[in-house]
Amino acid sequence: MRPQSAGNSPEISGSERSRLATAGARAVTLAQLSSQPRGDRFKGGIFLALLLFAVAIALLGLVAIIVQAAVKGAPAFGMDLITNGPSTLNPEQSGFRPALLGTLYLILGVILLVVPLGVSAAVYLEEYADRTRWWNRMIELNVQNLAGVPSIIYGILGLAFIVRGPLDLGFILAAGSMTLALLVLPTVILAAREAIRAVPPSIREGSLALGATKWQTIRRQVLPAAIPGVVTGVILAISRAIGETAPLLLVGAASFVTFAPTFFGDNGYTALPVMIFNYAARPQDEFRVLAAAGVIMMLIVLLAMNSFAIWLRNRYEQQW
Amino acid sequence: MVGESRVKETLKDRAPEEQSEQAGLIQQISVREAAPTEVDPWAGEKVFDLEHVSVSYGSSLAVNDVSMTIPKNEVTALIGPSGCGKSTLLRCLNRMNDLIPSARVDGEVLYHGQNLYGSKVDPVQVRKLIGMVFQKPNPFPKSIFDNVAFGPRILGLGDIDHRVEKALRGAALWDEVKDRLDDNAYGMSGGQQQRLCIARTMAVDPEVILMDEPCSALDPISTAKVEDLMNELKEQYSIVIVTHNMQQAARVSDKTAFLIVEMDAAEGNRWGQLVEYDETDRIFTNPQDSRTEDYVTGKVG
Amino acid sequence: MEARDTIGAFGRGGADRPPPSLEASSPRYGEKLIKGFLASCAILSVITTTAIVISLLLPTADFFGEVGFTDFLFGTEWAPTFTPAAFGVLPILVGTISTSLWGMLFAVPMGLGSAIWLSEYASPKARKVVKPVLEVLAGIPTVAIGIFGLVFLSPVIEGVFPFMVNVPPFSAGVAGLAIGLMLVPIIASISDDAMRAVPGGLREAAYGLGSTKMKVATRVVFPAAISGIIASLVLAGSRAVGETMVVLLVAGASPNLTFDPGSSVLTMTAFIAQTATGDISTGSITYDTIFAVGALLFVLTLIMNIFAIRLVRKYREVYE
Ligand SMILES: Nc1ncnc2c1ncn2[C@@H]1O[C@H](COP(=O)(O)OP(=O)(O)OP(=O)(O)O)[C@@H](O)[C@H]1O
Ligand SMILES: [Mg+2]
Repeated sequence: MRPQSAGNSPEISGSERSRLATAGARAVTLAQLSSQPRGDRFKGGIFLALLLFAVAIALLGLVAIIVQAAVKGAPAFGMDLITNGPSTLNPEQSGFRPALLGTLYLILGVILLVVPLGVSAAVYLEEYADRTRWWNRMIELNVQNLAGVPSIIYGILGLAFIVRGPLDLGFILAAGSMTLALLVLPTVILAAREAIRAVPPSIREGSLALGATKWQTIRRQVLPAAIPGVVTGVILAISRAIGETAPLLLVGAASFVTFAPTFFGDNGYTALPVMIFNYAARPQDEFRVLAAAGVIMMLIVLLAMNSFAIWLRNRYEQQW
Repeated sequence: MVGESRVKETLKDRAPEEQSEQAGLIQQISVREAAPTEVDPWAGEKVFDLEHVSVSYGSSLAVNDVSMTIPKNEVTALIGPSGCGKSTLLRCLNRMNDLIPSARVDGEVLYHGQNLYGSKVDPVQVRKLIGMVFQKPNPFPKSIFDNVAFGPRILGLGDIDHRVEKALRGAALWDEVKDRLDDNAYGMSGGQQQRLCIARTMAVDPEVILMDEPCSALDPISTAKVEDLMNELKEQYSIVIVTHNMQQAARVSDKTAFLIVEMDAAEGNRWGQLVEYDETDRIFTNPQDSRTEDYVTGKVG
Repeated sequence: MEARDTIGAFGRGGADRPPPSLEASSPRYGEKLIKGFLASCAILSVITTTAIVISLLLPTADFFGEVGFTDFLFGTEWAPTFTPAAFGVLPILVGTISTSLWGMLFAVPMGLGSAIWLSEYASPKARKVVKPVLEVLAGIPTVAIGIFGLVFLSPVIEGVFPFMVNVPPFSAGVAGLAIGLMLVPIIASISDDAMRAVPGGLREAAYGLGSTKMKVATRVVFPAAISGIIASLVLAGSRAVGETMVVLLVAGASPNLTFDPGSSVLTMTAFIAQTATGDISTGSITYDTIFAVGALLFVLTLIMNIFAIRLVRKYREVYE
């Protein structure tokens, strides 16, 4: 989740401003009265040291995860990783081919579903919805809420509604795609809304003042200007979908698939993170090495996507 | 610059000719001979007729009870201190206020006798006929050409290339940009951007152009260019302009309306009130209301 | 200049035209259709929520047809697949709370420390590097973090503090630590946003009174940003409760009713993932149990999310 930036030069309401100002002033005055300058400098130094320690630990965690996986997985690196399927008999030559293809297909399906649905919902909420209406506020709250629902609950939804129940598709790859799409849809909507909101109202006014209709304005001015932000949001959502494991466990991503999957075929499919999980859960060390190598593969893909998203944002985002 | 003053020259030469064609040569001459100084400035055709127009945002009144007529093919200026509702009033003239959910218009805005807020009236159609130029230049994040071509394209008007050129020439911008039509409009200077916005408006062929402080973000040279332009434009368009600059109002407008902020001390409410509306010359040389005099002579505001 | 000649063709000023029509030239059904389509995409989010609720509710109702409500909520033994079966949810509820608490114990100081450093101490340059790096950390798939916990953290911690890992390699405390790694960037990022949204004037006023940087940070900025900070903590808590892959890999699978960090525990998410992966038939009590646990999990996270959304709204309203 990429937190939305909360305005840097904010305006605040009068009463709140004075409340904060008095609270702040009181705190500072109290602090002044009770402080000894020399002790202050010492305390300040300790405090900064603690902060730096916190940042260092956080960053160290990141580095450790990557380095550990790289070191552990190194022996398994090679083309086998991409070209071979899994094999219990000789783990040394096992690879992730069906899983990679499975993830590729899953993500393709997610993109096909999530881009039109997410952008459309975002356009409705930003451009059409009248916020004084309760149903629009409800939709908004709903989207925010869905973004925080645990991924395993989406797995349950997929199992009860898509695999079985009303849609009854069975344990097929398309069901996995739909489940993942529902999972990242709120994230895409929130990101797309942010991007659409960033297009200044003056652009809409300029277009409407020429006699353009609302949809013409959205289609020809707002959406093109919002594309970089939307694409960035979609890439980040997709990179989340790539790493999601838990919901796939529930909608049928199997542990051991040796052939390339298809969208609707019912002889099973798997995905990269599921396969990594399965290798990791085995006690033999050869499989853990494979899992680590898979993690590195996944991280490389994700890092590439994230960097691309950031580059895209910096390169194409309009500075108004 | 030389080229432009020449344009003005030809314009002055031609203006009476066109008028006489319109009104009938003989009649025109006889009127002039009979009363050369007494041509009624209010006799011409009107575009807008405002009758007791009040605008509120939610429960707070922004402009109270304005009645005025806006003549065709003239420049009408709205002046007054900040917050007196000039923008608000201007934005009711092409239903831009519709974009603010809380805004409400009472009274009647008649456009050629038709109520602009009638139930069958389509705001999109209204804005095709009544264009608007905003305070801050707001070009689209596209090429110069696409900025001007946008309007004609969505309205399905033909011969885009020709139209774009005409509009850019009309806005006195063609010579400056003809070699870089494909460049992004954001690379232009502020003054060029504002003239681009004017060109963009002209390209869809409106009848009226509303301008909300079109020069407030511009330097003096760009301002002079836009002002020159207005003098030319009124031949083809009716213009309503909001300005804070008194000299500008005096220079470019034929009629001037002066609004003030009225205050209700007891309740703390503020709203805009029309004080005086007259020929620009009279507003600036012989105002009827002392408040107008104080304002235009710079004693207040 | 030819400009004047060509302009003559424009404008309606010169010609004696009849008053132009102000009515719509076409009914523009397309615009309405599009709006309807966009609205239905937004409504999909409401349908998703409804579907989640229904898919949880129906089997849960069946479940409570067979198991008493109090037996479920207050029972201290969890053995749904045994004969005789026991459906006391407390052990796995406590398992969830335990791993989440250990995670928060690590993540709160680290995350808040990082946030204070980012918003009050870091140079713009350092900020520009550290914040995106933390966001990348937030994007690491949890299965990778789980493997890191299982393969690296667990043996290392077992070596240093043997009481932390009773049944190698599984431990609630180590699972908590791994979850904590994942929570730090969430807390840091959102709290940093909240603190940076505090008006600069407040800081300047405090500095003007001669306060130290530490005093300004802890007594002025921190209290002023408190609702955003609490929101970040609640969101992180909700993430911890809903986390599946880390606990599945590191916490083990024994439903022990204990807060002991060294013990192996089963969490609600881990139970769902484990049980739903096996081949279970629709309508069996085991199948229904998954949904009953899912419903409890959903309610817990829903309460946390709504609380967090409220708080975020509050601080956005104050400062924007
Ligand atoms: N969108 C809005 N919602 C609520 N009130 C508004 C809105 N726009 C303007 N107002 C109020 O209406 C009154 C008139 O505003 P308006 O912008 O029309 O004044 P103005 O004369 O154009 O001022 P300026 O010269 O500063 O541009 C002001 O009191 C303003 O606060
Ligand atoms: Mg204004």
